Amino acid sequence: MVRWDPISELARFQCDFDGLFTGPSGTVHQFPAVNAWVNENEAYLTAELPGVDPNELEINVEGETVTLSGKRLPFDLGENAEYRRRERLYGEFNRTLQLPFRVDANGVEAKLNRGVLTVKLPRAEEDKPKKIAIKAA
Amino acid sequence: MANATQPTQKIQQQEAPAPQGAEFTPTPTPNPNPDPERRVFMPRTDIYETPDSIVVLAEMPGVDEKGLDITLEKNVLTITGRIDNKPLPQGARLAYEEYETGDYQRAFSISNEVDRDRIEASLKQGVLTIVLSKATQACTRKIAVKAE
Repeated sequence: MVRWDPISELARFQCDFDGLFTGPSGTVHQFPAVNAWVNENEAYLTAELPGVDPNELEINVEGETVTLSGKRLPFDLGENAEYRRRERLYGEFNRTLQLPFRVDANGVEAKLNRGVLTVKLPRAEEDKPKKIAIKAA
Repeated sequence: MANATQPTQKIQQQEAPAPQGAEFTPTPTPNPNPDPERRVFMPRTDIYETPDSIVVLAEMPGVDEKGLDITLEKNVLTITGRIDNKPLPQGARLAYEEYETGDYQRAFSISNEVDRDRIEASLKQGVLTIVLSKATQACTRKIAVKAE
């Protein structure tokens, strides 16, 4: 029987490092930054993706991993226009996160609202802890 | 499309040339945070200029029209966005955190080039776009001199 252990779960929440880049101040960023909430039967990922077209975003779930990939296209300024300040990031991104349980891929729901992505990842039925009934002898 | 097994990292930040003169420069935020319980962030902003306008693109994920406030006082344009703090999913707790949420505020000083009556703003997918039209004949007003 698998016991739901919140402490070990934190340690199991790991991200890979292929999403790294170095910003102008020398700090390391990952794009997009991700937050995760979990309860016994679901995980929720949120990410800030302002200006990303939902059609340019792809979410893949396989077993315990979820991958967010997509791109934010550079804005076409047209002729005779010039940047005065440029702080926003453009290009392709790809992040893979490891969840503390297997995900039911058919039950995944994602929405992109006001530039914030929320992905609901239900725990796969076969991954849930089983309650064992004890018969009286 | 990016492949999960192949590290692809093409996100890049491009540095814009330093603004020429003081035509449109960020200024220190004029108001201190009125609510210390809420975090306030400076939105990432792009600014570009066309022959007849200056366009500001500010990232404010989580902000909708109701939470947005744009004011122009003298030559300072201030943008403020309040996010709607949504309740967390039932019974779920934050297990992993890479970013914090909060409100947004940033102020810019604008030059006389901008027509104060023609400033338009729109909000789409968490990005605020402000178009500041340049005055057609802002600074070159010709004064006729009458001959005595």
